[in-house]
Amino acid sequence: MNATTISPRTASTETPLVEAIGVRKRFGHHEVLRGVDLTVRRGEVVCLIGPSGSGKTTLLRTLNHLETIEHGMIRIDGRLIGYRQERDRLHELAPREVCRRRERIGVVFQHFNLFPHMTALQNIIEAPVGVRRMPRKDALEEARRLLERVGLADKAGSYPSQLSGGQQQRVAIARALAMHPDLMLFDEPTSALDPELVGEVLAVMRDLADSGMTMIVVTHEIAFAQQVADRVVFMADGVIVESGPPEQVIGNPQNQRTREFLQAVL
Amino acid sequence: MSARRGAEGVLIPEDSGISTLPRLDMPLSVPPADLTVVRRRAPWPWVLAAVAVAALGAFLYGMATNPALDWSETATYLFRPEVLKGLWVTIQLSVISTAAGIIIGLVIALWRMSTNRVLKTLALVYIALFRSVPVLVQLLIWGNIGLIIRNVSLGIPFTDIRFFSIPTNELVGPFTAAVLGLALAESAYIAEVIRAGILSVDAGQLEAASALGMTRGRTMRRIVLPQALRVMIPPLGNQFVTLIKGTSLVSVIAGGDLLTQVVNISATSYRVIEMLTVAVFWYLIIVSLATIGQYFLERRLSRGVKR
Repeated sequence: MNATTISPRTASTETPLVEAIGVRKRFGHHEVLRGVDLTVRRGEVVCLIGPSGSGKTTLLRTLNHLETIEHGMIRIDGRLIGYRQERDRLHELAPREVCRRRERIGVVFQHFNLFPHMTALQNIIEAPVGVRRMPRKDALEEARRLLERVGLADKAGSYPSQLSGGQQQRVAIARALAMHPDLMLFDEPTSALDPELVGEVLAVMRDLADSGMTMIVVTHEIAFAQQVADRVVFMADGVIVESGPPEQVIGNPQNQRTREFLQAVL
Repeated sequence: MSARRGAEGVLIPEDSGISTLPRLDMPLSVPPADLTVVRRRAPWPWVLAAVAVAALGAFLYGMATNPALDWSETATYLFRPEVLKGLWVTIQLSVISTAAGIIIGLVIALWRMSTNRVLKTLALVYIALFRSVPVLVQLLIWGNIGLIIRNVSLGIPFTDIRFFSIPTNELVGPFTAAVLGLALAESAYIAEVIRAGILSVDAGQLEAASALGMTRGRTMRRIVLPQALRVMIPPLGNQFVTLIKGTSLVSVIAGGDLLTQVVNISATSYRVIEMLTVAVFWYLIIVSLATIGQYFLERRLSRGVKR
C-alpha cells in the first residue's frame, strides 16, 4: 500500500460508520449481549478484547446480521442492518434485502471459510462477478491486484487446501476487500493459525489499517491491538467494561476486570 | 524394588508401567541404529487367496465345459437387433429415470430441509410413500394407471370446463409408465442422498457466502451444491447401478427393456439359459461402464480436496 493515500480518518466525522445502541442478544437462557453501545467512526480501527464468552464475537457478528438481535439497533452508515423500522418496532428484513445491505461489510473469519472447490482467484471474484455483476475481466484484474497486495500474487491458481493457514487467511482478506467494503470485521483472524504464521496476517491487517480502512477486530493479539488500534474495547459478560485508546485500556487499565484479564494474557 | 535395564541402559523400575515394552534380551552384534526391521508376515491371506482362486477356476471350468450351456449359440444372440433394442431401452430408462429422479429429489430434499412446516411434512410423506411401496408394485400401478384415471385433461377444477382431454392409455404407454415408476421411486432415495450431501457442507461456508452478500439461491448453486456433489457421487453411483438393474422390473409391464426382449426370445427359442447369459453379459457391460464413469466424475469433483 502506498504511503501517499490520504487517510480519511480526519474526513467526515459527522455520521459514525457503525452505531450499535443497547444491543441485546440471548442464546436460550444465556444473555450474551446485555445492552452494548458501540460507535465507530470512519477510518477508525477498533480492537475488541476480552475473555472467551464475553460476547465480543457475537457483537461482531450482529454488526452484519450474521446474528439476529433481540433489542436495540445497529446502524451502518446511517442505515439499519438486518431490520427495517416501523414506528417503534424493528422488523427483520427479507434475506435478499439483508444481503444487499451487507455487501459493503467485509468479514474475515477465524477459520477462513474459503470456498474449497475454487482457486484463490475464483474465491476472490465469486462475489464481485456474481453479486456485484462486475465484468469478469475487471474482476480478475482487480483480484490479481488484491492478491499482490496481500503478497500472494503467485498463488492465484492454488486451491485453499494447497495453501498454509496464513496464506488462506490472506486470500480471505483479499476476498473481502474485492467487494470494496466500507467496513471490515475480523473475527479472531489469527486464532486458528500456527504461531509462526500469525505475523504475515497481522502485517496485511496493519497495512489495511494504514490505508484508512475502518476495522473492527476481535483479537487475542494484545500487542497488535496496542500498536494498530485507535481504540481498544474490553468486554466481559456481555457488556463493554472499558473503552479508550490502547495506551489507556492496555497501558493503564482503570477497571479491575480489565486488569485481571490483561495480567492473565500478557 | 526390582528393576531392569532398558534399551538405553536406563534403569526402569518393574512397577513403572514401562515394563510391558519388549526388551532387548540378547546382546546386539551391531549398533542399535543398524538394526534391520523385518515386517510381520501374515500367511493366512495367501492361503485364502489360493483357495479362492482354485474355487473360481473350478467353477469357470465347469461352466465352460457344461454341455447344458451352448456358448457359441449364446454368442450369436448377443447382437440380435431385438436384444440391442432392449439394451437401448434399458439405457434410456436408467438415464432418464436418474435424471428425473435427481431433479425431483433435489426439490424434495430442499423441501425436507425447509423451515416451512407444510413443505417439510409433504416431503416426509413423499419419501415415506415412495420408499415403502416396492418398486415392482409401483410399476404395476403406473402400468395400469388407465384403470384409475381414465382421461388426463386440463380445465378448471370443480367445473365442466375442459380445454383438452386425452385418454390416459394414449398418454402413458409402457415406456412412460416405466419412467414414472422408476423415477418417482428413485427420487425418494435420491432426496435423502442430496440432503446428506448438503448437510455435509460446513456451516462456515454459508456464513462466508452470506457475508459476501450472496443470496440463498446463489449460495446453494455456487457454494453448497458443488461441495455436496462430491459427497453425493458415491451413493448416487450406487443408486444409478441399482437402477440399471432395477429397470429389469419393467418387464412385468412389457416395458421393452433388455430383460423383456431376452425373455421374449427365450419363449420362442427355448434357449432360456443362453438368453439369460446374454442379459448378464450386457448388464455387466453397462454397470462396468457406469462404474468407470463414476470414477472419473469423482476425480473431477475432488478438485481442491486434500486426502
